[in-house]
Amino acid sequence: MFEKYGIILALALEIIIFSLLSENFFTADNLLNVTNQATFIAIIAVGMTFVIISAGIDLSVGSVFALVGIITAGVLTLDITPLWLRLPLALLAGLAVGLCAGLFSGLMISRFNVAPFIATLAMMTICRGLASLSPPIFGHGLKIQSTISGLPGAFGAIGKGHILGIPAPVIVMVVVYVIGGVVLHQSRLGRYTYAIGGNEEAARLSGIDVRRVKLLVYILCGGLTALSGIILASKMGVGDPKVGVLYELDAIAAVVIGGTTLMGGRGSMLGTFIGAMIIQVLYNGLNLVGVSSFLQKVIIGIVILAAVLIDQIKKKT
Amino acid sequence: MMLLSLKNISKTYPGVKALAGVDFDLAKGEVHALVGENGAGKSTLMRILAGAETRDEGEIFLEGTRVEIPSPLKAQELGISMIFQEFNLIPYLSVAENIFLGRPPVKGLFKLVDWKTMRARARYLLEQLRIELEVTDAIENLSVAQQQMIAIARALSLRSRILIMDEPSATLTQFELENLFTLIRRLKGQGLGIVYISHRLEEVFRIADRVTVLRDAQRIGSHLISQINRHILIREMVGRELTEEYPYQCREKGPTVLIVQNLTSGTKLTDISFTLYRNEILGLTGLVGAGKTELARAIFGDLPRERGEIIFNGKRVTIRSPAEAIRLGIGLVPEDRKRQGLLLGMKVRENISLADLYQLTRLGIINLVQERSEARKYIDYLKIKTPSTEQLIKNLSGGTQQKVALAKWLFTRCRLLILDEPTRGIDIGGKIEIYHLLNGLVDQGIGIIMISSELPEILGMCDRILVMSRGRLAGELSHDEATQEQIMYYAAGRGLN
Repeated sequence: MFEKYGIILALALEIIIFSLLSENFFTADNLLNVTNQATFIAIIAVGMTFVIISAGIDLSVGSVFALVGIITAGVLTLDITPLWLRLPLALLAGLAVGLCAGLFSGLMISRFNVAPFIATLAMMTICRGLASLSPPIFGHGLKIQSTISGLPGAFGAIGKGHILGIPAPVIVMVVVYVIGGVVLHQSRLGRYTYAIGGNEEAARLSGIDVRRVKLLVYILCGGLTALSGIILASKMGVGDPKVGVLYELDAIAAVVIGGTTLMGGRGSMLGTFIGAMIIQVLYNGLNLVGVSSFLQKVIIGIVILAAVLIDQIKKKT
Repeated sequence: MMLLSLKNISKTYPGVKALAGVDFDLAKGEVHALVGENGAGKSTLMRILAGAETRDEGEIFLEGTRVEIPSPLKAQELGISMIFQEFNLIPYLSVAENIFLGRPPVKGLFKLVDWKTMRARARYLLEQLRIELEVTDAIENLSVAQQQMIAIARALSLRSRILIMDEPSATLTQFELENLFTLIRRLKGQGLGIVYISHRLEEVFRIADRVTVLRDAQRIGSHLISQINRHILIREMVGRELTEEYPYQCREKGPTVLIVQNLTSGTKLTDISFTLYRNEILGLTGLVGAGKTELARAIFGDLPRERGEIIFNGKRVTIRSPAEAIRLGIGLVPEDRKRQGLLLGMKVRENISLADLYQLTRLGIINLVQERSEARKYIDYLKIKTPSTEQLIKNLSGGTQQKVALAKWLFTRCRLLILDEPTRGIDIGGKIEIYHLLNGLVDQGIGIIMISSELPEILGMCDRILVMSRGRLAGELSHDEATQEQIMYYAAGRGLN
């Protein structure tokens, strides 16, 4: 029982503690707010879960996240006729950037045997650089590293809209988790992901196209990162090349706190969701209690260690 | 006084009684064999002795003194060493460095490694054991048998009085085995006590002084080797009378299943041609490194072939990957169950369906209900001993794991199944079950190629036997004409010009 629900208990405990420490914490507004803030990391973490279960890692997501925002915002400010075409084109362009980044890392890893850590580390600096270099392409006197603003109001619906009082990003996140969970736990691709993470040679000798599965998980991770980046750009109303720094580590932390091992072959989607929430609740609660952002970092680090330690102890007994 | 006695040792894992009040003792200069089916408790008992596991009850005496062995380090201090199947050596370091791993001789103020002394001491040790190796050789350049010698040398450098050997012969050739036996006899002469765990009873009768049988967590009996025979020993191990060790069935040869012509792959396989018929078990044997596994891999599409043709079920086929082989109806049970055959961290159900998930998926989504019922079907059919379809493979015994590996290929409805060392590390009862299952598969019209380096099994079960030597096919023998000597003659390459 503890194996499965231990992490849910940890989240519940966290919520109870902050409720006692701050009267502003356990309110409908704040809880919705926390969930809304968690969406960026949480959506990226879905892709990261696939990558890590396949025994890989993706360090590029933070930079890809920024680049997607810039490209999406940039296309939105172009003079395209008819005008209504701008929005779908911008969304497609943003998504394409994420998918291509994933495709490129995936190709390096699956075809050329580059270690995932190195391939995605390279991708991380490439995309960060491209994000800073891109604004001038879109004209309007934009300079390197400038933010792109003046986006059409309709675009804001994705990040700022509500449906039945629930923020649109939260709804997107829930849909992503439901689909992600089904794909991971019930689809052929999900099963193959566990298999190659558990034992690549056995997977190959079972007829699994290991290279294709690896390629697909990085593309998936890139695509979800793009979705997350588009939501942020929409919410802020700007494309900013400086966002998403260290998001890769938050996403990895969410996955690991959720019980997925970096060794691959083991993990769950629900765990990742709870992991992402634990981190966000921690940031939010500590803010409300008035803990400095530096101390917050120390505490997050301790929580990551604690989660992995508990996991190790559970495995031994 | 006994060198070692274990009294009334008990150990319970959650849900399983691993040892129930087991006694075991060992004298100086004695080789004491420990036999029993998988799961009988042999390894648990030895792990307790080596400090890798704690006992629930019982006492351990070393030369009459009661001792506690809470850790492998403590076992080492007491002079107890276990030689594991994987020898725990560091491949990139030298022989000398491995022997003195973690405790190299040091000198001077800064306690720097004293290389000269280390090499000299390693050399002296090897001389004593009459192992002819350079102490500066890297472990990775040594053969498995040589690595085993080094593991033993390391144990002796720790001044071990008790040596536990777990399946030491599993990966040795006949010749290497003789060397090991010579070494064991020499160690006996020096007064060491040796516990010898093996499934191969021929070896037990050759090297052991006494034998203890464990079954279902209990000690069934201890006998002087001179006062027991193979038949009784097997009966004690499996707990019932076994009719035949090798249930060979003579059958009418059917139409051809597979024709291989002039198959060549690099230096590993040269010009191999043979035919497999329906209704037969074709044996494939040879020394370590003869190319048996490579041949299996080449047919299965996992080893690129340069030349040669494969005709399967009357059609010429090109197989470039395992996926293509599986689609055609070819299966391979690899030699290393744990590293190549199965996913240890996944469930029985997931392992059974893995090689042909397409059967269970619609639009990419697996029908879990159907998957469970299919898994249950194979669990019943092969009598797989697992509490449920959801059990993790790593919690099952070797024989049971091998049955899951068979189930996996039966699920793909393959027409040709290649089994690479299908009974390695499996106890006698499990072996016989596998043989019966193979007979059943042949009766269903599935072509079977059985690769094995255990000659009694090849002689006992196969209709025809192919012998390989240095990447070539050296000879072919029928069930009736084959003898151990003839196989060895071909295996040594004397059939080749």
